Amino acid sequence: MSTAKFVGVETEYGIAVDGPSPVNPVLASSLVVGAYRAAGRDEVRWDHTDESPLRDARGGPVPEPGEAMIDDELGLANTVLTNGARFYVDHAHPEYASPECSNARDLVIWDRAGELILADAAGRAAATLAAGSRVLIHKNNTDGKGAAYGTHENYLVPRSVPFGRLTRQLLPFFVSRLLFVGAGRLGSGLDPQVSFQLSQRADFFEVELGLETTLKRPLMNTRDEPHADPDRYRRLHVINGDANLCEVATFLKVGTMLLLLDAIEDDALPEVPELLDPVAAFHAVSHDLTARTPLALQDGSTTTALALQRWYLDAVRRYVKERAEGVDPVGEEVLERWEALLVTADDDPRKLVGQVDWATKLDLLENYRSRHGLDWTHDRLKMVELQYHDIRPDKGLYHRLAARGLVERLVTDAEVAAAVHTPPEDTRAWFRGECIRRFRSQVVAAGWDSLILDLGRDSLQRVPMMEPGKGTRAQVGALLDEVDSATELLARLTT
Amino acid sequence: MSDGGQVQRRDTAEDAPEEQVETTSRSDTREVIDDVDELLDEIDDVLEENAEEFVRSYVQKGGQ
Repeated sequence: MSTAKFVGVETEYGIAVDGPSPVNPVLASSLVVGAYRAAGRDEVRWDHTDESPLRDARGGPVPEPGEAMIDDELGLANTVLTNGARFYVDHAHPEYASPECSNARDLVIWDRAGELILADAAGRAAATLAAGSRVLIHKNNTDGKGAAYGTHENYLVPRSVPFGRLTRQLLPFFVSRLLFVGAGRLGSGLDPQVSFQLSQRADFFEVELGLETTLKRPLMNTRDEPHADPDRYRRLHVINGDANLCEVATFLKVGTMLLLLDAIEDDALPEVPELLDPVAAFHAVSHDLTARTPLALQDGSTTTALALQRWYLDAVRRYVKERAEGVDPVGEEVLERWEALLVTADDDPRKLVGQVDWATKLDLLENYRSRHGLDWTHDRLKMVELQYHDIRPDKGLYHRLAARGLVERLVTDAEVAAAVHTPPEDTRAWFRGECIRRFRSQVVAAGWDSLILDLGRDSLQRVPMMEPGKGTRAQVGALLDEVDSATELLARLTT
Repeated sequence: MSDGGQVQRRDTAEDAPEEQVETTSRSDTREVIDDVDELLDEIDDVLEENAEEFVRSYVQKGGQ
């Protein structure tokens, strides 16, 4: 029987300042995060104590992090929100790392809440700049000029699952899931013949396996930093996906992974078709709008993205049918939507308009192109592509499509608005967010797996949170309601 | 409002054979064409005015 899974998604947003004087992107990102913090909501700093981003899942000693953890000295904003998320500057981008969620539907809600937070923060940051300045935020992954920035999924997996098995059984899935994960990109950095491809990120991946995230990007990333008990858990850090605006895409991106990881943990998959060259196949799938391009397998035969997805869906369906616990309602919806998506794609992947970002954006681009008679490389077409990802509800083209009912929604605006301020109830994010909301003056820092409290004593008190499933509303809600301060809380927790 | 091209979910969670998963395709009704026209009008309204300059100056630093 598989263990409970948890997922969080980190998104580095594109940022552009338009105004009378130029602002460098690192400063602009700091202004955005700082403006949100300055709004009086959150002044809780990030606790770096347990971070070890250089720990490698393939083993070996953990290198010293060196000078990496000096955000505060650099003045880079870095904070924790009452919804349990981390909001900070990573490289030259504002990054929202969602709170830990127990299921794909919650992840969609808290991922979307991040867009509202960024939009609010960008507005506040613009007000601190010269008159006429605008801070524009894009939920995308490339500027189309050679730079890529990430949307990383993080899954908690038991340490007992061999990393080699994860790699072998996931690589063909990563390659073929571009069909619904891809957010679409005009042109290609690899092939001048490609006018439009499925993925924003695919061209930037160069190797199968590795620890890097900013160069020589690997399909399978080995960063092993569980932010939980490292003896019990490993972290699967998936860096090959795109940022999605379509809720169906985010839902399936995460929902299929959660079910598949259960199956891999239980070693329940039949022999997975192994690709001869996963990186080349990743590029080929991204560059093929039909999902039918032949992909060479190690046994000398070929497959396609569609066939691989069908293989995984069938395998996961068989797995959940046979396991004792069956599948929960969200998992059932994942399976139904996955099936429906593949049936549509089998007819024509372009008919996934309104479901997945690449097809939705392509349809828009095609319509706009034919109305104005534009070439594929025209700047106005590039503007349409870029503005699809603009997070402002009145200007972002995804949002204009959604307002017309042309994109399928899975969650409500009210759920997303509430998630800006409140954490998911069934993970430790609830304890983190609620402690910050209730005892802000006593919480000096927070991390994924700890809270640092200042109770007026000589030293600060650290509350470890090493189990992502502990600290839920059901477990500690009544306790939090009974205490009036973090001092009282700690006293109750330690007796 | 159009749901052209969208996948229709089936109504029951029964273990139905896959043939029952229905899809629809965009139909060429007048209504759909009007919708697209209105949408494109709207996009012309909200699209950045200096598209050429904006696109050229949109340069991001690489991230993860």
